[in-house]
Order: sequence, then C-alpha cells, then structure tokens
Amino acid sequence: MAKITIDKDKCKGCLLCINFCPKKLILKNSQLNKQGLNYVEFKENGGCIGCSFCAIICPDCCITVYK
Amino acid sequence: MSKKILLSGNEAIAQGALDAGCYFYAGYPITPQNELISYMAANMPKAGGVFIQAESELAAINMVFGASATGTRAMTSSSSPGMSLKQEGISYIAGTQLPAVIVNIMRGGPGLGNITPAQSDYFQATRGGGHGDYHCIVLAPSTVQEAHDLMPLSFDLADKYRNPIIVLGDGMLGQMMEPIFVMRHASRVARKRITKKWALTGCKERNPNVIKSLYLKEGALEKLNLLLQKKYKIIKEKEQRYESLHLDTAEVIIVAYGIMARIAKAAVNKLRAKGKKVGLIRPITLWPFPETLITQILSGLHKKKHSPLFLVVEMSYGQMLEDVKLAVNGKAKVEFLGRAGGGIPTEEEIISKIKRIGG
Amino acid sequence: MKKVFSHPRSLRNIPTHYCPGCGHGITHRLITEIIDELNIRERVIAIAPVGCAVIAYDYWDFDCSEAAHGRALAVATAIKRVRPENIVFTYQGDGDLAAIGTNETIHAANRGENLTVIFINNAIYGMTGGQMAPTTLLGQRTSTTPNGREAKFQGYPLKISEMLAVLPAVKYVERVSLHNPQEVLKAKKAIKQAFQNQIDNIGFSLVEILSPCPTYWEMNPKQAMDWIRDAMAKEFPLGKIK
Repeated sequence: MAKITIDKDKCKGCLLCINFCPKKLILKNSQLNKQGLNYVEFKENGGCIGCSFCAIICPDCCITVYK
Repeated sequence: MSKKILLSGNEAIAQGALDAGCYFYAGYPITPQNELISYMAANMPKAGGVFIQAESELAAINMVFGASATGTRAMTSSSSPGMSLKQEGISYIAGTQLPAVIVNIMRGGPGLGNITPAQSDYFQATRGGGHGDYHCIVLAPSTVQEAHDLMPLSFDLADKYRNPIIVLGDGMLGQMMEPIFVMRHASRVARKRITKKWALTGCKERNPNVIKSLYLKEGALEKLNLLLQKKYKIIKEKEQRYESLHLDTAEVIIVAYGIMARIAKAAVNKLRAKGKKVGLIRPITLWPFPETLITQILSGLHKKKHSPLFLVVEMSYGQMLEDVKLAVNGKAKVEFLGRAGGGIPTEEEIISKIKRIGG
Repeated sequence: MKKVFSHPRSLRNIPTHYCPGCGHGITHRLITEIIDELNIRERVIAIAPVGCAVIAYDYWDFDCSEAAHGRALAVATAIKRVRPENIVFTYQGDGDLAAIGTNETIHAANRGENLTVIFINNAIYGMTGGQMAPTTLLGQRTSTTPNGREAKFQGYPLKISEMLAVLPAVKYVERVSLHNPQEVLKAKKAIKQAFQNQIDNIGFSLVEILSPCPTYWEMNPKQAMDWIRDAMAKEFPLGKIK
C-alpha cells in the first residue's frame, strides 16, 4: 500500500501527473489555490503502487510519495 | 625589499599587479598592450596564480567577473577596440559590485583606428562606458614607475569600494622602458586569499551567497542605484588624486594627464626658466576628477591675485576638456590643445599655444 | 509508511515562476536531488544563465552567480580555476549556450575545463516571448519565424552537442529528454554522471536536456511532452554522444 501527498499551493495544474499515473489516482480539482490555479488531488485508497511517476514528472516538486 | 629593474610600462603594470597580490589574469592579445599579457603568461604561474589567454575580450572580462566573485584579486588588460568589447562585463561588475582591475593601454580610434598612442577613450572610461548608471574609478599613470605603483592602489581601491577600477595608459607609456623599483616579495604576502564575506566559496557553515545584478521587484533596482550613487559620492569626496606644479604663482595652468602630462611638464619647466608663470595640474584620478582642487584655486585658496587661465592638453579632441570646464564652471577661461589619431602635441606646440593665448 | 520521494534539501520549498508544465522545474529538481545524493551542497557554485532560468538562484539553496547572456562558461572557467576544490556547474538554455555564447561554450570545452554543463534545449526563446532559437526545428513556428523555420533563410537546427563531442578535451556528452518518467530517470543518471566526472577530475561534461516549453510551443503540457518524443527527439537523437 502506498500513497502520495500533494502540496496544493505549489501545484500549477499542468496535469502531467494525471497523464502519467498508471492507476489514474490523481484528479483535477476545480478549486483555486494560493496562486489562483486549479490544483490536483489524490484519490485515497485507490490502490496506489508508489511508482513515483507523478513525483518524477512533476515540474513543481509538489508530490511526496509514501510506501 | 625592493630592486631596480628595467621594464616597459606594460610589464611594469603586470609586475605591479603581481606585487599587489593579483591571483588571476585573463586577457586577449591586442597591440599595444601585448607585453602585459606575455609578462603575465610568464610570471603569473610562477607566482602561484592563474593565467588564461581567453578566446575574446568578452570571455576575458567575464572570467575576471568569475574569479572576482570568489574573492580573488583579478584583472584583465586590453587596448581601445578590446575595451569596447569589455564594456558589457564592466557594467555587470559595477552592478554586482565586484572588485576588478581593468587596464586600457589606449590606441587611436574610432574603429580599428591604428596602434599609435592616444587618449581618446577618456569619455568611455570616466562616464561608465557600458549600459547603466555607474562609474569606474579611473587611474592614469604618467611614468613606468607610477604604472607599477598604481596597481597595488588599484586593487586596494577595488576591494575597498567593491568597484571596477580602470588603469588608463596609452601606447607610448605601455611600450617605453624605464628603470623602476619593484617590490620583490610583496606578492607572496599579499596573495593570501583575503576573506570576503560575500564571495562564492561554497556555502559551508553559512547561508548561500549570490552574486547578481538583477533586481526585478518594484523599487529594488532603484535602491541598488541609490546605493551605488552613495558610494560614488564617497569616492568623489575621498579619492581625488593629482600632482601639481607652481599653482601658487601660475597665471596659466596646464591640465594634462598620463604621458601627455610629462610632455606638458617639460614645457612648463622651459617656460618657467624664461620667467613665464605657468603651472600644471596632472590628474591621477580621472574619475573622480580632481575638481575640488580647481574649485579651491578659483576661490583664492592658492593666494592668487587673479583668476588663472586653464589650458587643457590631450591626445584627443576635447574629452577631459569637458571635466575641466565643469569644474571651472564659467569662472575662468579654458583653452584647448589636442591632437588624436596618432598625433601627440609636442613641447613646442604647447609653448607656442601658451604664447598665443597670452601666457 | 516510509517517505520514498520528497523535496530535495538543496531546492528551496517555494513556488517557481515557471509556466505550468515547464521542464526547468523538473531539471532543477534533478540537479538538487543529485547534489544532495553526492553530498556536495556546501561545495557547489552554480552559474545561472540569462533566459527563463535567470533567477534559478532564488530556488537553489547553494552559492550561485549570475552571468551575462552567454558568458556562463567564461565565468565558470575562472571560478573553477581559482577554486578547484569547488564543484562548479553552468545551467544554460539553447540561446545562451548555442547562440550568443557559442564562442565561450566551444572554448571552455576545447580547453577541457573540469566543469559540468546542464544544457536546456527547448527549441525556443522563452523569456523573451517565443522567438527562434538555434535549435528551433525546421518548420517550427515562432514569433520570428511566423511561417516556420526554413533552412534556406534560417539554416538548420544547431547540433552543438555533436559539435562539441569532436573536441578531444570534451570527456562526456549525453542527450536526454524529459518526456516521460522513464526518460526523466535517464536524465537524472546522465546529470549525475556529469557531476561525478567533475568530482573525479575527468573533465568537461555536458548533458543536453530536451525540455518542454508548452507556452511558446502553444501546446498543453502533455502535448508538449509528446512533441519532444515525436518531433524533437527525431532531430536530436537521444543517448550518449561521447
């Protein structure tokens, strides 16, 4: 079992993590963060495998991965 | 311990830099300063320092930027066309407030000009030269000995004010040979790395240092500029340097710098022997220009009965003339004698000019 | 649960000014991860370029200097020569390294300076608003090639890495890409090699990184990644060049 946390205020909503998550566990949020941008959210308990693809591709270093 | 040796002006400057603890030199060949780079190539490694023949003047000045950013005493040298290329780097050095010494052994211009002595980079040196509101301290040696001796002073001023220093000579001074005293062992003492708390050395046991001239936040760049202006004001107050002759009795005061001042001095001596009341001001700092001295002369501090007449003599067409006029501020007549493009006003030309203007 | 991926120590935990999906952020993170892993943060001196990464020193938590546009390798040369004990790297874009600074690049490489060069190739000038870069692809539309780059007028994409690789003093050149997580990991390996080479006194090492600029490519971030794979990597083949 693994999970990620997302620093929503650093997220710029580029959505690269969504594109590269093999389990499709990251979702776009319609809310705005401190930067005034849509950020992404992690879907808990969806079977995250801790592959870290999301964190590796994230240009804004928003994602921490736990395994 | 000092020793008398025969050196050209170019070599004396290089030796003076080594004596001052200069640890880094980067340069690019250009006539008439080639003896300087060759002397550095031979002697900088012996002194334990770094010599690089750069691929261009741009690279050379930016190498000086890098070396200076680490707190190392660093210099480059060139001649007029090369100095034009260095202006970008000098502006960055001024903006980042890095110490650096830049030698310009001037030749005729504009453009490729020729390789004969000239003083036509006066504006470029004293007004800033590159983009932005900045000044270099400009020192102008007149003899080979002085060319050597001004180098330790240049590095000291550069470090003291964190500012670029230009040593402004000309092709004649660079090429001529004279016996001079050099400090043989000074460099070994001075070369020890001076600790500069702003320098890039790796952030061990301190917060990271950043060398930059970019200020994007509103008002931040103006703040830097005000800081620079404050520094320039202090330099103007404290660092005006000159040599003078017979100011107490002079009715005509010649103003000349560098090699031109030596020729003017010979003319002054000849005229004095004939009873003519002629004097000389030789600015050693061109920026800051010794304007305080001129103000003092005109306000009677030198016990003069009447206001003297000034004669500016240059190997250019009225560049330092502007600074003399600004200092005189309309309170006395200012005459001019200048030649450029390889022409050098002679002793005879100076004497006949003084006769014509009524000295 | 154990933290298996987190923010590098050497990267300041603040939002960057980069556009969404920009490759600079990924590369900044890779560099700082490597600096942490090699335990060299206190020895590093970085040279930031002129371009989008001009304020990289606001994000990197170690000693940094600016350089005039294109002059990073002249500045770095001097720093490394007077302080060989430090680890000196430049971070330069395609305009900085391969247009205005080509001379400094070639000569620092030819002298074999023991430096690490991180070369960001995004085939465009980002900071100034999307003009043609030396690496812009044929047919690529930019604000200064409104009808696409034409070989007849603008020449061909400049392969500076291949040019540098022929110099005997150049020890390591590799071209990598950021277009998917697997490629990012390969990029990290190459960057680490370039730093390790400097630590081992091997000499001039350069990593060219094909990096997305969604804003001035007028694509979304995922499309930009795909364009690297489908177009850029065809013109600029990935892998070790030397």
